[in-house]
Amino acid sequence: MCGIVGLFLKDQSLAPQLGNMLTDMLITMTDRGPDSAGIAVYGEESGGKTKVTLQSPNPKDDFASLAEELGQHLGAVVSQTDNDTHTVLDVPAGQFEAARAALAEIRPSVRIMSRGEMLEIYKEVGLPKDVAARFDISSLSGTHGIGHTRMATESAVTTMGAHPFNTGPDQCLVHNGSLSNHNSLRRKLRREGVVIQTENDTEVGAAYLTWKMMNGASLGEALESSLEDLDGFFTFVVGTKDGFGVVRDPIACKPAVMAETDQYVAFGSEYRALVNLPGIEDARVWEPEPATVYFWSHNDSPTTTEKAA
Amino acid sequence: MQTYDLEANGLRGLNATLQSQSTETNQTSWEVVNPKGSHAIAVGLDAPIEVTVKGSTGYYCAGMNQQATVKVEGSVGPGVAENMMSGQVIVDGDASQYAGATGHGGLLVIKGNASSRCGISMKGIDIVVHGNIGHMSAFMAQAGNLVVCGDAGDALGDSLYEARLFVRGSVKSLGADCVEKEMRPEHLEILKDLLDRAGADASPEEFKRYGSARQLYNFDVDNAAAY
Repeated sequence: MCGIVGLFLKDQSLAPQLGNMLTDMLITMTDRGPDSAGIAVYGEESGGKTKVTLQSPNPKDDFASLAEELGQHLGAVVSQTDNDTHTVLDVPAGQFEAARAALAEIRPSVRIMSRGEMLEIYKEVGLPKDVAARFDISSLSGTHGIGHTRMATESAVTTMGAHPFNTGPDQCLVHNGSLSNHNSLRRKLRREGVVIQTENDTEVGAAYLTWKMMNGASLGEALESSLEDLDGFFTFVVGTKDGFGVVRDPIACKPAVMAETDQYVAFGSEYRALVNLPGIEDARVWEPEPATVYFWSHNDSPTTTEKAA
Repeated sequence: MQTYDLEANGLRGLNATLQSQSTETNQTSWEVVNPKGSHAIAVGLDAPIEVTVKGSTGYYCAGMNQQATVKVEGSVGPGVAENMMSGQVIVDGDASQYAGATGHGGLLVIKGNASSRCGISMKGIDIVVHGNIGHMSAFMAQAGNLVVCGDAGDALGDSLYEARLFVRGSVKSLGADCVEKEMRPEHLEILKDLLDRAGADASPEEFKRYGSARQLYNFDVDNAAAY
């Protein structure tokens, strides 16, 4: 069992409250997943730079003068914003792979949580309320975000095993369920050059979508092909720079509720997670159909894009 | 009318209070406010009381009900009226998966749609869904009636025993050993009674009846290779 929440804002006047709303939703899902929690927020664009969110088990030593040292390696200016066990680096666009290589050398114990122009991911082991508090998630603003409360079944309870997973620029995924063909798929994707950091099944699901999109698929197309290529149980909620998608496997035993108003599209593993959202009483509330892809994008016309597989 | 504020007073208090009503209670009418999607609201009741839930609920609302009438003015999560023995459960909105699962008796009415596995392993309960139902509904259903005024999803009635299935709209596909059957006068009578009791505006003649072909009841030696 795990808990998933997601919020995609149509009305950007709610952006300053995104973190606050997601935190409330996340904490409500504590009893579906008390062992770890994580949140991905699409915030301000970093002005042509790539945001790289790092985690360290020893942030005091690892983050000290990190931006300066990395900047020297890259021959560029790097800035750094620390937040508890995480720090967000702004590196010049196109320098992410160079930064990843440099970090492996100068700070071998830091882990990369995410990279992208807008995406930041914060995740740790612990109760959702404690994880949200240590990163002050409720103060974050953004256009959309997804969160996860974990009750581990497929791999160890560690920071790296927590969701969301980021496997491509500005992409993230959370998962409730379990994939059964993740080992063979991981080997295949690694051969294709996709970086997969853990033995976790969900990271393979995320990497699969990244690989599809690297090869020209849209988020919606990637989600549709996941129904063919992934074996197991899944309710996925995914984020991209401007989009938000949901898909459930054909058996659909993992719960899902969605709500939509003029102001937002929201996802919860249970209706409980949605009860404090503004205007929920009059929202359209429904259970997403099995084997059906739903996605919304800030780039599309203002009407909702809902696409059946 | 007794009013219980679930948010202020908690779930255990609600169920303990409702479960302690005897069959001779004078407090026959209850209203539950602020359900906010909570799980296990009004479960294990065993008295002829009426409980109205003012909003949507989470998992297992009105489970194991006997005698009571539970009305939900909203939608319900998975497992509504699971293992109901008698009484009535009426949902104004939609129901999530396995509504009425394993129910032995009573009437479950869903005025919206029910999702997958509605009536799975039902054992005598009557279920009337005004809208549509999802895939794998009435899987291994043993007894009782499932009435669907809309459409049914994939694999309706897979491995069915003796439950009767009535569908007005389309059936996406039938499960193993489920077949369409002749609608005889006695079936129209059963259906008319259920539609009336469920407040469903539909004519029995518009429905088709589905039941077990009874081909899976006994071992067929031609299938030995499959084992």
